[in-house]
Amino acid sequence: MDILDIIKPENQVFCKSRLMTDATLSYCPGCGHGTAHNLTMEVIDEMGIVEDTIGVAPVGCSVLAYDFMNIDMTQAAHGRAPAVATAIARTWPEKYVFTYQGDGDLAAIGTAETIHTCNRGENIVIIFVNNGIYGMTGGQMAPTTLAGMRSSTSPYGREIETMGSPLKITELVANLPGVYYATRQAVHTHKHVRKTKKAIRKAFENIRLKKGVSFIEIVSNCNSGWKMNPVESNAWMEENMFAYFPLGDIKVNGKLK
Amino acid sequence: MSELKLMKGNEALAEAAIRAGVDAYFGYPITPQSEVIEYLMSQRPEKRTGMVVLQAESELAAINMVYGAASTGKKAMTSSSSPGISLKLEGISYLAGAELPAVIVNVVRGGPGLGTIQPSQADYFQSVKGGGHGDYKLYVLAPSSVQEMADFVEDAFDIAFKYRAPVLILSDGLIGQMMEKVTLKDQKERMSNEELIKKYGNWAVTGKKDRERNIITSLDLQSEKMEARVHRLLKKYQQMEKEDLRFEKIHCEDAEYLIVAYGSSARISQKAVELARAKGIKVGLLRPITLFPFPKQQLLDLAAQVKGILSVELNAGQMVEDVQLAVQHKVPVLHFGRTGGIIHTPEEILEALEQKIIKNGHTRHHKTRESSLL
Repeated sequence: MDILDIIKPENQVFCKSRLMTDATLSYCPGCGHGTAHNLTMEVIDEMGIVEDTIGVAPVGCSVLAYDFMNIDMTQAAHGRAPAVATAIARTWPEKYVFTYQGDGDLAAIGTAETIHTCNRGENIVIIFVNNGIYGMTGGQMAPTTLAGMRSSTSPYGREIETMGSPLKITELVANLPGVYYATRQAVHTHKHVRKTKKAIRKAFENIRLKKGVSFIEIVSNCNSGWKMNPVESNAWMEENMFAYFPLGDIKVNGKLK
Repeated sequence: MSELKLMKGNEALAEAAIRAGVDAYFGYPITPQSEVIEYLMSQRPEKRTGMVVLQAESELAAINMVYGAASTGKKAMTSSSSPGISLKLEGISYLAGAELPAVIVNVVRGGPGLGTIQPSQADYFQSVKGGGHGDYKLYVLAPSSVQEMADFVEDAFDIAFKYRAPVLILSDGLIGQMMEKVTLKDQKERMSNEELIKKYGNWAVTGKKDRERNIITSLDLQSEKMEARVHRLLKKYQQMEKEDLRFEKIHCEDAEYLIVAYGSSARISQKAVELARAKGIKVGLLRPITLFPFPKQQLLDLAAQVKGILSVELNAGQMVEDVQLAVQHKVPVLHFGRTGGIIHTPEEILEALEQKIIKNGHTRHHKTRESSLL
């Protein structure tokens, strides 16, 4: 049987969004970023809001998000994407503004901007990809690196006594009144991809309804940084990352779960 | 309607921002410039013109909010004072690299460190030599009156949008805090979104509609592309030097000695020039209004005429280096200044001119810098 006999519309589960460019993704094979990008673009396309969408790219592995997302985007300094998005949303209140950030960007260097943007209840979507490591700079410890987890700056494992505990920033911001929707999802299986897409859709609908911040954490793998193959890294993620960062809604329609 | 008012420098700047049709101001309180955001908030600018005024959680957030609004073609500005500007420098470098129009105001206080809240001009190097990381410059306007605090807001935005580059208004605690009469211009309407998209749609991120997407970034991972970007910036700076240099010459026609001073120092030096002339000493004043571009050729021309030059600054000696470079050591150039927030008097300036330049001027000694405080 030819491959094309299998790839028929009726069998198709996922495809590349029309709003993704043809540029070769800079992500490692097996990384979840590509899927998270694609889902975001699918939602924007399906809602028919591309003409009114402005994205903010971070510093980190997804610094080049604007090479792949075929929409208007601005690239922010490390950690400052929520401040950049705040100003865009304030000066263009009718637009759909979102940031796409990693854990180092959002939960370490940009913690102040994250918390205050959430506290002000800016009418934006924050997509937060948490892979527990600094991927782009070569696998250093992140604020979300798990206890005992090895990285290039915690070569003997993260020691809680001296390095602190991994930061559950989504739970933290969910407690702020400005956050209307906070959820933690994943993109490593079909089931999780469907759920994450629903969450992203809900988040962008919240912008239309002017509800404040919608905060979507996507727990993802970093097979290169974790020094595993993609299959191993997903299994490790399910066993270890999901144990500390449990998937599911944390706050829905302004109410904590 | 244009209007004559008695106002503080900081307040005049804030009122002028509303009247110039500025779209957004983002700031964080710091002495001696907090009146800017206080005045803006008191005016309900969201009702007067629809201007967005937001108190940010930090200087970092404020400058990055400016970056965000500027990315979309909006007229956005921030203000701060020295330690706060140090915090903003990363964002200012990004604005320069990403080629975004924006206005930053520094109401300078004494440093280094937390320093003092009193007036100073010790941020000259930081302002004209880049300040943040990378190969960039700021167009720097130095107001020396409350009137110029008001007028330079619109001038700064004109330059910022002409070049798509950040512009700095370098004031100080004296100009910011003092009260003078000021003529305020008529209210200008803010630009509509439709007009903005028509005007800046070739670069601003406003949503991809009827065109290819726009991207704002300062990142070029390919060295050749990054060098091309740096060359593009250099071209802008060269054009600024050709087309947008500003300076003022006072009593320079017959001058035998020259004072170079900007901002508050220029105001005080103007009085020193009068005192000198009353004593029969022919002194002129060159006031750079733009610190970058710097009036290099004008200084070189004057060096052929005068016997010596005194650079009067509220710092330990910064602009004096640029004056020396400009005159190519053709005449003695010495510095006089006070620091720590102390403001020199006209009499002190005249005494420094007599002691440092007139007494020693003919010897053409090679000592170009000496302690300026005693």
